[in-house]
Amino acid sequence: MAEPMRIRASMSGAVADVKCLMNHPMENGLRKDAKTGQMVPAHHITTVTATLNGVTVLDAQWGGGLSKNPYLHFRVAGAKAGDTVSVTWVDNTGAKRTDEAKVG
Amino acid sequence: MNNLRRNVLKGAGATTAVSVAIMAGLLKPGMALANWNKAGFEAKDVNAALASIGGSAAAASGDVSVKAPDIAENGAVVPVEITSKIAGTESIGIVAEKNALPLIADFKLMNGAQGFVSTRIKMGATSNVTAIVKAGGKVYKASKEVKVTIGGCGG
Repeated sequence: MAEPMRIRASMSGAVADVKCLMNHPMENGLRKDAKTGQMVPAHHITTVTATLNGVTVLDAQWGGGLSKNPYLHFRVAGAKAGDTVSVTWVDNTGAKRTDEAKVG
Repeated sequence: MNNLRRNVLKGAGATTAVSVAIMAGLLKPGMALANWNKAGFEAKDVNAALASIGGSAAAASGDVSVKAPDIAENGAVVPVEITSKIAGTESIGIVAEKNALPLIADFKLMNGAQGFVSTRIKMGATSNVTAIVKAGGKVYKASKEVKVTIGGCGG
């Protein structure tokens, strides 16, 4: 389930544009399975942290209200080409995934 | 077509495995959620959701903008972009007022992160998407109405 995310970081002026696409079902626990009629249990990312060269720049808490396979785009000042951006998510079952990208 | 079916089957299998693990007590929900705002994300009332991220007394601000489509054909994927021009923006919260669970996300920004977040959210019905921005001890907000033709929150 924890498939790699796609992260792309690029400089636009003095600011790094970081875009990432995570692989996660993001079930909010309110949906019924069409086949079985059972409620699908909540299974969504709860925290996302992003670091630039090891320094935390973004620390987010999420509910089940984000779309499936969530997309996140943020901007960080003070970055330069070659810096390392790392994004980690943790979901409500305790699963986690970290991926890295170089600012290009 | 066949590929899609495979994915659906795979997804269903994996979800079942997780729920079985939860039932067996192998995985405790909330295990890694020491600081997660459980009350806020499980609040069904928009005021409770706002209060949980400190956004009850937010002042409307023209320096905060919420960019979202006027009409979302598919409520399961609504692109939302929030920009805060306020210097020293510390956090951006996203609330979809008429969702069954209104609080969507709360982003803390630090160490050079700009007052900007763009993501995709689910919306169950036509409603305002509100951004709550905190900067320098003050709380600001901005809203944008999104008309949803097909809801994306189950049902």
